[in-house]
Amino acid sequence: MNLSVDVQNVTVHYGPVRALDGASLKLEAGRVCGLVGMNGSGKSTLFKTIMGLLKPDTGSVRVGGMDPQQARKRGLVGYVPQNEAVDWDFPISVGEVVMTGRYGHMGFTRRARSADRKAVAEALERVELTDYAHRQIGALSGGQKKRAFVARGLAQGARILLLDEPFAGVDKRSEATITRLLRELSAEGGSVLVSTHDLHGLPELADEAVLLMRRVLMHGDPHQVLRPEHLALAFGLDPMNRGDAA
Amino acid sequence: MNLIDLMFEPLSYEFMLRALAVTVLAAVLCAVLSCWLVLIGWSLMGDAVSHAVLPGVVLAYILGVPFAVGAVAFGLLAVALIGGVRDTSKLKEDAAIGIVFTTLFSLGLVLISVTPSHLDLNHIIFGNLLGVSTADLWQVLILGALTLGILIAKRKDFTLYAFDPTHAHALGMNPRLIGAVLLGLLAMTSVVALQAVGVILVVAMLIIPGASAYLLTDRFSKMLLIAPILAAVAAVAGVYASYFFDAATGGMVVLAQGILFVLVYLFSPKHGQLATRWAARRRRVALAAR
Repeated sequence: MNLSVDVQNVTVHYGPVRALDGASLKLEAGRVCGLVGMNGSGKSTLFKTIMGLLKPDTGSVRVGGMDPQQARKRGLVGYVPQNEAVDWDFPISVGEVVMTGRYGHMGFTRRARSADRKAVAEALERVELTDYAHRQIGALSGGQKKRAFVARGLAQGARILLLDEPFAGVDKRSEATITRLLRELSAEGGSVLVSTHDLHGLPELADEAVLLMRRVLMHGDPHQVLRPEHLALAFGLDPMNRGDAA
Repeated sequence: MNLIDLMFEPLSYEFMLRALAVTVLAAVLCAVLSCWLVLIGWSLMGDAVSHAVLPGVVLAYILGVPFAVGAVAFGLLAVALIGGVRDTSKLKEDAAIGIVFTTLFSLGLVLISVTPSHLDLNHIIFGNLLGVSTADLWQVLILGALTLGILIAKRKDFTLYAFDPTHAHALGMNPRLIGAVLLGLLAMTSVVALQAVGVILVVAMLIIPGASAYLLTDRFSKMLLIAPILAAVAAVAGVYASYFFDAATGGMVVLAQGILFVLVYLFSPKHGQLATRWAARRRRVALAAR
């Protein structure tokens, strides 16, 4: 088994608040994993822990079979930020954002070589943003913005892509495009961890799903995880409202 | 006397040439740095660090070490104290900044007052352009060139830090270190600019050019050209105006920058007030006609 992310028994506190409590999660290469849980269930904290932005109080994190810092230095970890974490007025173009994915491949002054420009062009092509390369990043639609950051991960050559709520404020068509992209990425051997509130789209998006409530309640087939009795464990009710329809 | 002679008259004085050189260099350096400060939201940090370096400069003078060493030490100390007060109490950052920099600045004032020296308080507070000695000039030139060189060489890292520090972290870089380097360069820049316009007006040079350039373009690489050009124009205009009107040089330079900002704010082709209002009006007319 080729583990891309191995989180073991991780506990994280924010002051007195326990955000993660003994969370364990193993992700295999070549899979898309959907992360489901209420607001405050620790989804973002789990992302930050895998990224190494937070030091867990207990437990350990391995990425790509190595120490997370080593994995980051090798450019294995790509991430797509949440909408509100980005300054959309920043004077930077779509092409320049994608080019920052190449910085790990560049020298001291981050001068782009032809291989870098080629990687950026290919990444933009794959997310269908070639014509928007010179646009200021904020002058894109919600879905295009997400695709731009996915392209950054592609140009980087990330083997593990982390997406926190990529479908918030994104229309259905863009959601389908992003879903297709993530499936392609995993088919090529990358692994994708994506948190989402769109439970209906989950089986389409993910090979497996994780139910989080400060710890991993369940990890398995999306259809299995989405059964009402399981969702009730994480949400306290049936968020898909299938009880009424049945 | 014709206009050409009038233009060259100030240049026939060596002190004016030095003043012009120091002002333009300080203005250009501050302008380049201001592009990042404005985007990161560190305008007040520029104010704080430029004041907080004062005790460092005085102590460096007393100990006989280069000003830059003391300035960088106290600049970083100020930043560390601000972060410490903000993170370990319920005070917000603006209060932390206000407490830390005024206290350090006061320490500098007290140190000057008890130090028997020819350090002139007025020169530090308002700048001493017309009394720039050859030694001062060299220090400013070397420090300025070094700082500008680092800023330009590592500009892409600083820009990534400003735009998406998390991505920098994800690539295995150390965003905290990048931020600390930028703040260290801010402290060094403050020393250079202190010479030109004094402690009080440094903050203007650290905000106005970057803010003006930001209103003129959507590309950071262009900001890095526009801001220093605007600042250099304002510096030359300010020094000349101060010569002909016999007015305070530092004040004239910043006033010139302020006037340029107002012009940009009103008339910038894309983000200026006239352009945005005109576009809104056209949209309304188009909607009404539909």
